[in-house]
Amino acid sequence: MKAIGIILAGGKSERLRELTAIRATSAMPVGSCYRVIDFHLSCMASSGINKIAVITQYNSRSLHDHLSSSKWWDLGRKQGGLFVFSPFQNDSNLWFRGTADSIFQNIAFLKRSNEPYVVISSGNCIFKMDFNELIAYHAASKADITVLARETEGTELDVRDYGVLGLDDDQNITDFEEKPIETDRTVISLGMYVMPRLLLIKILENISAEGRYDFVNDVIIRYRKKLKINAFMFGGYWTPINSVPLYFKANMDFLRKDVRDALLADTPYIETKPKDEPPAKFNYLTETRNCLFGSGSILNGTALNSVIFRKVFTGENSFINNSIIMEGCYIGNNCRVEHVIMDKDVILSDGKNLIGTAEEPVIVKKGAVI
Amino acid sequence: MRDKEMIAMLLAGGQGSRLGVLTKTKAKPAVAFGGKFRIIDFPLSNCINSGIDTVGVLTQYQPLLLNRHIGIGVPWDLDRKNGGVTVLSPHQKNDNTGDWYSGTANAIFQNMDYINTYDPEYVLILAGDHIYKMDYSKMLDFHKEHKADATIAVLQVPIEEAHRFGIMNAKEDGEIYEFVEKPQEPISNLASMGIYIFTWKVLQEALIKADKLYSDSDFGKHVIPMMLDGKKSLYAYTFNYYWKDVGTIQSYWETNLELIKTVPDFNLYEDFWRIYTNSDHQPPQYAGEHSDIRASFLSEGSEVFGKVYNSILGPGVIVEEGAEVIDSIIMANCVIGEGAYINRCIMDEGCVIGAGVQIGVGDDSVNVLQPKLYNTGITVIGEFSILPDNVIVGKNCVIDGVTGISDYQDMSLPSGESIIKAMGGSL
Repeated sequence: MKAIGIILAGGKSERLRELTAIRATSAMPVGSCYRVIDFHLSCMASSGINKIAVITQYNSRSLHDHLSSSKWWDLGRKQGGLFVFSPFQNDSNLWFRGTADSIFQNIAFLKRSNEPYVVISSGNCIFKMDFNELIAYHAASKADITVLARETEGTELDVRDYGVLGLDDDQNITDFEEKPIETDRTVISLGMYVMPRLLLIKILENISAEGRYDFVNDVIIRYRKKLKINAFMFGGYWTPINSVPLYFKANMDFLRKDVRDALLADTPYIETKPKDEPPAKFNYLTETRNCLFGSGSILNGTALNSVIFRKVFTGENSFINNSIIMEGCYIGNNCRVEHVIMDKDVILSDGKNLIGTAEEPVIVKKGAVI
Repeated sequence: MRDKEMIAMLLAGGQGSRLGVLTKTKAKPAVAFGGKFRIIDFPLSNCINSGIDTVGVLTQYQPLLLNRHIGIGVPWDLDRKNGGVTVLSPHQKNDNTGDWYSGTANAIFQNMDYINTYDPEYVLILAGDHIYKMDYSKMLDFHKEHKADATIAVLQVPIEEAHRFGIMNAKEDGEIYEFVEKPQEPISNLASMGIYIFTWKVLQEALIKADKLYSDSDFGKHVIPMMLDGKKSLYAYTFNYYWKDVGTIQSYWETNLELIKTVPDFNLYEDFWRIYTNSDHQPPQYAGEHSDIRASFLSEGSEVFGKVYNSILGPGVIVEEGAEVIDSIIMANCVIGEGAYINRCIMDEGCVIGAGVQIGVGDDSVNVLQPKLYNTGITVIGEFSILPDNVIVGKNCVIDGVTGISDYQDMSLPSGESIIKAMGGSL
């Protein structure tokens, strides 16, 4: 079943605070060496979707840098490949006015394809799935739009942060509440959709003529009675990255063997831009327990329950606990770091302490020198 | 085809028989090094870092793994429209001649067509089995400055060891007047590193001439002496940095473990001279709740639940709970079972070691079958070997293949013994 992919990577989340001051949510580093968008690109590419558009807008530099070569996802192709769309200046407007508008402004991408289906994903979550299952379900159920959905009962997810679905017995969507203040429903939309390419073109042209620009409000909610929209329940690992606590948790999840097994251990692998770092080096006095390390790191001190990215240096007698230390950080001798999210390239000089709490981790800005 | 000033020819066809079972199914340049790398990554990365984007890799012995590793050269940025990396294997010519590569110069002679496609001024000849970082563009500057016909990179070795090398006797300014292979009484300590820059026109003549005289023409034995006799100008280019030929089991082991000194002689952690390699994916390394890792290298995707001391782990290695790995080199995707004890061992890729296995215990008897190869206490496990639970393996042992309880007497293999079984593995 052939499909093209669209990854909406333009957004940022205010609740990620300083961390998205310099990058889109899709470019957030996770799991020692990945960025959020790697999971979307790798899943699509390994599901046989080899023509993918990434739509960027907000602070797209680090994302563009990451996507500079499409080789790593096997998307450097003559047929299909990776397309990156940013807003550009034209007669009518400057920016994308909403998710649907961001696709509409690049409608040529849809029109110039001949694949029957389009898979749209919101690039702000971590997951691993075979999109072929979703497309096959969509085709078999003869739905107009299929929404990837999830049961939240028994999880820590707060339904009030998501689009909440009302379903009938055949998994058809009867109601859609966007971030309701109060609801007794428990199934949420994961912001991923599959639909026929020609239908998407038609809808986008219609709503755009009416001055409507948002995919959720103006397509899913507005058309929910007119079209057959159903849900595909996804039970695998999925976590959104839209607040500091969720970002922290998503990283700490990688310390769990079941999560690493689900996401990383097996083919199809999650691919990322290689940095060609040498292996991680543990010197004579290191002590490490329950930690993840990136290549090119050199460790001298103690590290516990932390996610340490590539090319991090920790000095002698340093102590790191419950923290996320991003790529290129330098932690000097005799430092103490607990409950900290340290953005890239931070220098912590000898003897400095940074102590946060589980509820309120300390966030250190990229490139800070302390 | 746009002409190139200099192209490189990388000799990667040798077996490296002194590495024993490690080179049974792969050429020496394909042997893993430093955890995630293979030996050939060093000269290949040196090429691209020196600005050489056209490299012919000459393969002969067991080339499959090498071919797969190099591919079209993406990891080294050697996937080029014009130039790039080309694997050159021995081939039949249209007049039904053509043969195996019988010597280093013969291999280049048989690929003169490849070189002439690029019509280069200069040709760089490299060996595919040395560990070093070198800027060949500086060597080329030296070559041009001296208007040399050939420039030979040399290393200053201790004079008492000079008898083991090909020694260049040179004047003050580097001009070579004599070349002596393994001299009894050396008068110079300039050892050839097997790295040459030739002015291509001069080399082409020499190769044709050498081929008429010798069926196994070799640079050291034939071409260099012939050029000296022919009054060509040959210069020695002194290289004063780290360079290692990991020719034996012991030197392979030592050179690897030297990398994990706090400040090693050979630094892989520099940004400006990166070593590239082909890895299928790069998940992070994990240290478990009860792990203890000291003085070690962990490559991508390795997971340690036990103890690892003074060792190098390749990509995807798993050390289970309670296992202990000491002074060892464990290559890609090996699994060390619970409670196993591994001491002074080189384990090739993809081995599965049962729970409670002990390796490297017992006396120091040298290997019975190959005493010249395995005599320094290191036990070597061939690729894709399987060891059943709780067996005890001595020192200087070799195990290659899938073994079961019945292959061991009293659940143990004494020092110096070997078990060689037919290979069941694949690449």
